[in-house]
Amino acid sequence: MIRENLPALQVVIPLMAAPICILFKNGRAAYGIALAATLFAFGAAISLLTQVLGVGPISYELGGWAAPWGIEYRVDYLSGFVLVLVSGMGVVVQLFSPASIKREIDEEKHYLFHCAFLLCLTGLLGIVITGDAFNVFVFLEISALSSYILISLGKHRRALTSAYQYLIMGTIGSTFILIGIGLLYMMTGTLNMADIAARIGPVATTRTVLAAFAFFTVGVSIKMALFPLHLWLPNAYAYAPSVVTAFLAATATKVAVYVLIRFTFTIFGEHFAFEETPVATLLMPLALIGIVVASSIAIFQKSVKRMLAYSSVAQIGYIVLGVSFVSVTGLTGGIVHLFNHALMKGGLFLAVACVVLRIGSDRIDDFAGLGRRMPVTMFAFVVAGLSMIGVPLTVGFISKWFLIQAAIEKGWWPVAALVLLSSLLAVAYIWRVVEIAYFRKPPEGEDRITEAPVSMLLPMGALILATIFFGLNTEATAGVARQAAEYLMGAVR
Amino acid sequence: MTSEFALIAAPIIPLAAALLVSLSGKIPNLRDSFSVLAGIILFGTVVSIVPDIMAGGRPAFTVVEVMPGLALGFLVEPLGMLFALVASGLWIVTTIYAIGYMRGHEESNQTRFFASFAVAIFASIGVAFASNLLTLFMFYELLTLSTYPLVTHQRTDEAMRAGRVYLGILFTTSICFLLFAVIWTWVITGTTDFTPGGILAGKAEGATVGVLLALFAFGTGKAALMPFHRWLPAAMVAPTPVSALLHAVAVVKAGVFTIMKIVVYIFGISFLASTGSNQWLIWVASATIVLASLVALTKDNLKARLAYSTVSQLSYIVLGAALANQAGVVGGSMHIAMHAFGKITLFFCAGAIYVAHHKTKVSEMNGIGRQMPITLFAFLIGSLSVIGLPPFGGSWSKWFITMGAYEAEQMIPFAILMVSSLLNVAYLLPIVFRGFFLAPKETSDDGHVGHVSDHDGPSPGIWKIGALREAPLFCVLPICMTAFGCLVLFFYASEMHKMLLPLGAP
Repeated sequence: MIRENLPALQVVIPLMAAPICILFKNGRAAYGIALAATLFAFGAAISLLTQVLGVGPISYELGGWAAPWGIEYRVDYLSGFVLVLVSGMGVVVQLFSPASIKREIDEEKHYLFHCAFLLCLTGLLGIVITGDAFNVFVFLEISALSSYILISLGKHRRALTSAYQYLIMGTIGSTFILIGIGLLYMMTGTLNMADIAARIGPVATTRTVLAAFAFFTVGVSIKMALFPLHLWLPNAYAYAPSVVTAFLAATATKVAVYVLIRFTFTIFGEHFAFEETPVATLLMPLALIGIVVASSIAIFQKSVKRMLAYSSVAQIGYIVLGVSFVSVTGLTGGIVHLFNHALMKGGLFLAVACVVLRIGSDRIDDFAGLGRRMPVTMFAFVVAGLSMIGVPLTVGFISKWFLIQAAIEKGWWPVAALVLLSSLLAVAYIWRVVEIAYFRKPPEGEDRITEAPVSMLLPMGALILATIFFGLNTEATAGVARQAAEYLMGAVR
Repeated sequence: MTSEFALIAAPIIPLAAALLVSLSGKIPNLRDSFSVLAGIILFGTVVSIVPDIMAGGRPAFTVVEVMPGLALGFLVEPLGMLFALVASGLWIVTTIYAIGYMRGHEESNQTRFFASFAVAIFASIGVAFASNLLTLFMFYELLTLSTYPLVTHQRTDEAMRAGRVYLGILFTTSICFLLFAVIWTWVITGTTDFTPGGILAGKAEGATVGVLLALFAFGTGKAALMPFHRWLPAAMVAPTPVSALLHAVAVVKAGVFTIMKIVVYIFGISFLASTGSNQWLIWVASATIVLASLVALTKDNLKARLAYSTVSQLSYIVLGAALANQAGVVGGSMHIAMHAFGKITLFFCAGAIYVAHHKTKVSEMNGIGRQMPITLFAFLIGSLSVIGLPPFGGSWSKWFITMGAYEAEQMIPFAILMVSSLLNVAYLLPIVFRGFFLAPKETSDDGHVGHVSDHDGPSPGIWKIGALREAPLFCVLPICMTAFGCLVLFFYASEMHKMLLPLGAP
């Protein structure tokens, strides 16, 4: 019974758990509920992915209404993979959160944090699992609204303006996506993704469908903070509570990329998206400029969170670059980097969260001497940072390998060279922190700074171990990503 | 012990040593015993593989398949065997020396030092036994990272700047060029395995071969080909044992080893020679040999002079590889071992002089031989071996490389090799001459040059017998061992030659 309805429960359980948190009005009880719901979601996601790998894509009819009239939930290789990623990061962040939010969020708002967190998780999981275009918009709004709340929980007053800024930009993005979906509905008379894909052929060249695609692409680019539509992101990441930043950085933009991949490859089809429209010639330069510009800006930041935020904008560039190759290798690289970047950026933000817990600041100058005071945290920072650079034995290396391989296969030498050169920019911004943490003497009277509590070190350590494990054994990441890429590329042929 | 088992054990031993060293930091004697013990066990393990290799065996072991067709794996062949022997053998000596040096010099953070040291050896063994480009690249980068804490050991601003240059150049070259070349090779051939005879023949042609060779040669920044050599002199701010092992043996030799291995097992020497793409590399290597020697002449700081000498000598090995014939390749490979012994002796001596007298400049060396006769005599032996005079090991490798140049009908590089030996004489022997024959300059009573002394009296453990002021026993003993090694290698060169001959097989 549970197994058959797992696709529905994947979304319903965290959704139902959220209001229960409110009913208890107690931080501790809310934590228990949130953790249980997140763990369930993770278990469900793993079970779904194993099913998909065993028997192929699963379709689930919500409430027994057959598609295309009813809402269909559909788990294929890509969505199963992203489900595991999102819920897994949810578990890690939940386990990590108690000690961190104690310092960064007012005690009486803790239950609200857990409630908003669950809603955000629900939204993200829903976007990924649904096979219905309008449903994507609904869940997009759920996750976006709850993430505005999460960001505004930050203690700094600028958290409010940042959340507001994100709200404006995010709403524009969602509206554009909605317009796109509306136009598609107008032309095809259906909202089911597979059904749209089947019916779009005869009308594909009409101006309406072109407009739909344009609205959709711009909207989703805002959501995933593709350069130059990234302006909301650095502030939001810098002023949100550290755990929120870690969670959003690892999942929210990734899910937006998922939406891009899903719509372009499954609904519009690669032929339409990349040959009939100039999207490929737009996405690739934007991705490349984004990589270089955002990495360069990151080097000059004074706040570590903000630095990592700009780095995130650059990393989105890598993922989009992978997609814009429109080849199996490139798409594999994009999808695998989506996963790998979540691991390492999550690890980095959690390390910063540990630092913020102890010294109450994320200013790069305040990191002086932390190499000695918080050796485990800084070691984690270094390992995740090396992965960001793309050093072998870490996941970052695997992503780079695929992206460069894809560029060489296409014979696009400058692209390959640019990807490699941009690694050096990553060296520059990561090593700035390393040098200050290990070489500069801590300020006088800061002897009382100690290592973060074990309850935070363990989830962070798990992510760091994962960055190394999946850098050595890529069967579960690159293997599944390749299957997903082949399925996506084959689906339209 | 089968050689497969030894192959699995070899990388684990230094890794275990790193762990034990970190855990036993509170008890220095126990910690340092672990280092020495691990060195001896590792060397024994590596030696036990030798008979199998001599008999033509190629033990192999795959750790994990990272991606389909791309594995993390080990395979022992003669070149890797030689490099592993050199690295593990000299690790023992260097550890003993480092114990004497670090204690004699009262350095801080010794636990971190010895632990990083062990990790660096782990990386070197990984480089030596790597069965494909991917594995080689992984351990190559690990070697860079594990030596970064060693180079910046002093934690001063100068060390930090040197660390930047070190990481900057090594990362830039390896990420931008080497990694690019590795992935390109993978796309062209569908494999990265080191295969006798090469894998590129028939898959790549024309300009591609030349560009790939350039990416590989310059990408291997550790080989210090000009213009990517700046990191090597910069890294000399490290404590001397680091300079000795890492910048005379492990790191730089990992670089030239990589180039040699790629030329032999990825390009294949007959294929490379037939395309003619190796010509430019011959010229770059020759230029580096001469230019670095000239720079060495101008350096007054002893370690800086030795550093530039290393840059020059490394290009002998690159030149040997670039000649792409049997004599060149075998001679270049032999030079990995010969130069290692000669140069490590020189670095050890430089460190011993520093520990005993806090002198770093060549111009301060006057009369030092009267106080440290053993050290300076060893310096003489090391110099002669580096110059390439019999009866020391360096003479054989230079002989074969020169023969290779002759066979390849490269008369100008041939002449450069001759001139370079003269330059070696010019920058190394004056130090010995000053030490033995010139009277000491004005010094204070305790034998220090007044302005250099910031320590009260000589460091602990220094011998004082009459006018003698030798470095601690732990420093002098290793010096004697490596100097003796230079002599022994001269007589055992034929064994080495026999082992390496398969490299030149067409």
